Amino acid sequence: MIEYALLFAFSCYGLALLMNIYRIIQAPGPGDRILALDTLVVNAIALLALFGILEGTTVYFEASMIIAMTGFISTVSFTRFMLRGDIIE
Amino acid sequence: MIIEILVSVCLVISGIFGLVGSFGLIKLPDPMMRLHAPTKATTLGVGGALVASMLYMHFINGNFSFHELMITLFLFLTAPVTGNFIAKTHLHLNHKASDLPPTGTDRPWATFESDAMREKIESAEDAKAD
Repeated sequence: MIEYALLFAFSCYGLALLMNIYRIIQAPGPGDRILALDTLVVNAIALLALFGILEGTTVYFEASMIIAMTGFISTVSFTRFMLRGDIIE
Repeated sequence: MIIEILVSVCLVISGIFGLVGSFGLIKLPDPMMRLHAPTKATTLGVGGALVASMLYMHFINGNFSFHELMITLFLFLTAPVTGNFIAKTHLHLNHKASDLPPTGTDRPWATFESDAMREKIESAEDAKAD
């Protein structure tokens, strides 16, 4: 039963990633692109957690932790750059 | 068996919420509306996936780890911060302070307050110089 639920969740997040990539390519403004990149990072973390369940290992949690940190910092620096034209003042 | 059902339910709920969050990013018409879908629905989706992973690792695989809780905590702490920053960026890029609805107090919108204060200080300095 877990296999089918995993398959369902994998396909949902795969579709979600495709939607995010579409939004990054075609967006009405830079704010939407930043938002789509942030969502992409969050969905990638979920996909890594699902892959960890599939493989039965806890190795991927370190990777998803690092992705979460870099995603947060990159989103904040993108928005700072859009707001102030500078990241570290 | 119960654990299997619990893990499957968590996985399905997490998949639906992740999909809805990303679909809302495309579907919703206004930028401020679009901000809601990913910051709320997708965060809940990731939380579901991590809870499912934690249950699976503890009860079926037999090794408990705190990493999932750490990632969940980190995401739940950072999602509002990024949402706030993106909303601020949108406000400052696309709206003027005079276009926004009144706040009901004598102070302006918080994110525009520093601009208003700077204008007030500069005008006071100009008046002093004159």
